[in-house]
Amino acid sequence: MTSPFLQTKGLVMRYGPVTALADVNLAIDKGETLALVGPSGSGKTTLLRILAGLQSPTSGEVLVQGRREDAAGLRRIASMVFQKTAVFNTSVYENVAFGPRIRAASKTEAQREATRALRKVGLEGFEKRRARKLSGGEQQRVSLARALAVRPALLLLDEPTANLDPANASIIERIVSEIGEEGNTVILATHRMDQAERLADRVAILNEGRLVQVGEAKELFRRPSGFLASFGQLRNVFQGSATLSEKGLTVITLEGGVRIEAATNRTGDVSVFVRPEDVIVSKSPIVSSARNMLKGRIVKVEERDGLVWLAVDVGQELAAVVTRQSFAEMGLNLGLEVYLAFKASSVEVI
Amino acid sequence: MKETSSTFLESFWEALVQAFRLIVTGDPEVASITLRSLQVSGLATLLACLWSLPLAMLLGLRSFKGRGFIKGFFNALIGVPTVALGLILYMLLSRSGPLGVFGLLYTPLGISIGQAALITPIMVTFGASALESVDPELRDLARTLGASELQTSMAILREASFNVLLAVVAAFNRAFAELGIAMMVGGNIRYVTRVLTTSIALETARGEIALTLALAIILVGIVYGISLALNLLRKAQ
Repeated sequence: MTSPFLQTKGLVMRYGPVTALADVNLAIDKGETLALVGPSGSGKTTLLRILAGLQSPTSGEVLVQGRREDAAGLRRIASMVFQKTAVFNTSVYENVAFGPRIRAASKTEAQREATRALRKVGLEGFEKRRARKLSGGEQQRVSLARALAVRPALLLLDEPTANLDPANASIIERIVSEIGEEGNTVILATHRMDQAERLADRVAILNEGRLVQVGEAKELFRRPSGFLASFGQLRNVFQGSATLSEKGLTVITLEGGVRIEAATNRTGDVSVFVRPEDVIVSKSPIVSSARNMLKGRIVKVEERDGLVWLAVDVGQELAAVVTRQSFAEMGLNLGLEVYLAFKASSVEVI
Repeated sequence: MKETSSTFLESFWEALVQAFRLIVTGDPEVASITLRSLQVSGLATLLACLWSLPLAMLLGLRSFKGRGFIKGFFNALIGVPTVALGLILYMLLSRSGPLGVFGLLYTPLGISIGQAALITPIMVTFGASALESVDPELRDLARTLGASELQTSMAILREASFNVLLAVVAAFNRAFAELGIAMMVGGNIRYVTRVLTTSIALETARGEIALTLALAIILVGIVYGISLALNLLRKAQ
């Protein structure tokens, strides 16, 4: 039996009384892209940091091609891109060439690697610009290029799009997807299931430091476990059947008979996901460009992190999130009849 | 009363004009005092850098037992009165003192060493906090790109370089503008250890207002000029 490219055995990480990781056993093959999905504080970053060799686990081990590696060994193999974009206060080129230079490449080789990496992320021509003067999205692309420039055998991405606007997020996603297709081994932490599905071959779900489920994204969606269903970010995941309408739009009939429109060309059995943030709540029907407007009753109200989460029964329970101010000003409450509007393009079809 | 004030203004004006004349004509005495001041305090700053910057790196980048205590120690010494330090140095360097054999009392090198001791706490404290203020993520960043401990430290130092430079400049300014050590260790010997601050103090007492005014203008001008240059450098970054 050949051993997987990377394997963790019984990884445990404790910070005093807090257990960040509890017995994580994970294997990943060469060339695979694995997404680590889980809510904040589930241990995604801790796991990535251990794999990057930036910290050592309290117990357990990391094997690379069957051989146990310590933190220093892992640092030679892996490179990590952090959630919070960090760039050296120098030019874009100096940032990207840092790694190849450190790894004792010759000057011309360092230059070649840096140029290649910058081209990869679409930042050729930015070499002389000061990295700190770039936009957030561009800085994150610099971070990505800097990690790629050392040609890591294992690329670790910690929520690479978390702090970015949708346009920049999709640029990063496209780059990550290309990196994956080129046969690189990538582990991507994200709290967005739709992103995991788009980019990863397999998804590992982490909750409270434990690996809850590992498998192909479609599989996980088709049979959502109790945890998956309750995971806040994964609300509004439905199964349905898609058919192409004569207007060129796709109509998806969800279990429970609710019909929604989506901007996709997929037909047949699909899973759909509507971000609760994308759902507009109103007390009377509104005229807008949103293709979907559903009427229902508020059946659940929950306050969390300064936001109010509503569950609205439109034939299916659909989640929407509003600010506390909106909730108060609109006089929303349990049992109230409301309209939910969202664009066809807000419907992620998986 | 009125007459007194106009006399004061007149004599002040006269002194000011004379002071500018001394500066503009490059009076040899003024020039030599200025040059000596720059040399003595410049050497003091270089000497202090030798041990203060490594110490600042140790305190700013490493965590070890007793680090807080050492930082507190240097922090407390920042405000040490120069006359107190001057007195201690005088006793150490005087012929009968433990370091008397080196013959450093009343020499420019003696002042430099004394000023280096004076500014060490400033350089260590400000230097360490400049390094500490670098985003800790950059440490991890350097390490994940394959940097060794030393290479990581150098990357952090580069990142903090402007603020470390500020610490060095603040230290130079303190040395350049201090009086106590230059007076007690140097002795204000004309053409040997006379520097800007000692001249100003003594020539004022002797009534040489035009000369001291010229020296004071130069002293303030140099300190101000350095700050201005630093501001321009910061903008250029």
